[in-house]
Amino acid sequence: MTGAGNSIPFREMFHIDGGDFTNAGSISSQVKKILKRAGFSSRIIRRASIATFEAEMNVICYADRGDLSLFVMPDSLKVVVEDEGAGIPDVDLAMREGYSTASEKIHALGFGAGMGLSNIKNNTDGMILTSKVGEGTHLEFVIGLEGTDKERVIPLSATGG
Amino acid sequence: MTVLDIVNSFGLKIRTGKNRLDEKVTGGYAGDLLSDVIAHSHKGSIWVTIQTHPNIVAVATMKELAGIILAGGREPDSDTLKKAEEEEIPILVSPLFTFEVVGKLYQMGISGMG
Repeated sequence: MTGAGNSIPFREMFHIDGGDFTNAGSISSQVKKILKRAGFSSRIIRRASIATFEAEMNVICYADRGDLSLFVMPDSLKVVVEDEGAGIPDVDLAMREGYSTASEKIHALGFGAGMGLSNIKNNTDGMILTSKVGEGTHLEFVIGLEGTDKERVIPLSATGG
Repeated sequence: MTVLDIVNSFGLKIRTGKNRLDEKVTGGYAGDLLSDVIAHSHKGSIWVTIQTHPNIVAVATMKELAGIILAGGREPDSDTLKKAEEEEIPILVSPLFTFEVVGKLYQMGISGMG
C-alpha cells in the first residue's frame, strides 16, 4: 500500500508514441480511471484530466515519443512528461494563447488551437516547461489537494484492469 | 430545458446516450477546436461541432457537457459511438449546418452564457 503515512508516492508511468492519433486520449483516460477509483473529488479529476489530456496531445502532435508519469502524494498530484523530438525554440511564445505550430492534419482533427499549454496552466497549481531544440521537452505540473482529497490511499495494484 | 426537449424541438437523431436525455441543458457552445471547447465551455452546455472522432467524448466528459450535436449531417466514428456509450454522453445528429443549429438553439432560449 502507498499513500498516507508512507513516504513512497503512488507512481505510474505511461508511454506515448508521437503521431499516434488512434490512441489519442488513452493515457489521460487511464489517469482519470486511477483517480476516480481512488475516490478523488470531481473537481480534482476534472483538473487533472484536462491537464493530462493536453500534455498527452502535445506529445502526440509535436514530439517523436514521450513518457508521462503520474505521482500521487499526500498533499498533491504531480505529472511529469518527458518527450523526445524537435523541442520548443521559444517557450514564452509557445505559452501564448493562439500560437500554434500545428500541421494541417492536426488542425483538421481539431487540435492545434494554441491553447493546450494555457489550459494546463489554468487547471493546475504550478507548471514548469523547459525544452532543448533538437532534443525534446520537459513538462511538469502540480495540482494541490485539500480536505478529503488529501491522504488518499492508492493500492499498488490500482492500474490493473 | 432538457436534451430531449432539444431532440424533439428540431428533430435530431439520437445516436447515443438514450439514458441521459433528461439532462438539463443550461447553455451552449459551438466550436471545432478541442482546446478551445475545453477552455470556454461550461458544465451543462450542449456542444455543437463537426468533429466526429472519439476525443469529442473525452472533452464532453471532462467538461461535464449535457451532450453533443454533430452538425452538417456528420456521423460519429464507430470508436466514438463506443466511447460515448461507455461514458453515457448523448450524441445527436442534425443535417443542418452549425450556424442553423446554433440559431435554433438560441431561439429555444439556450444562450452561450451557460
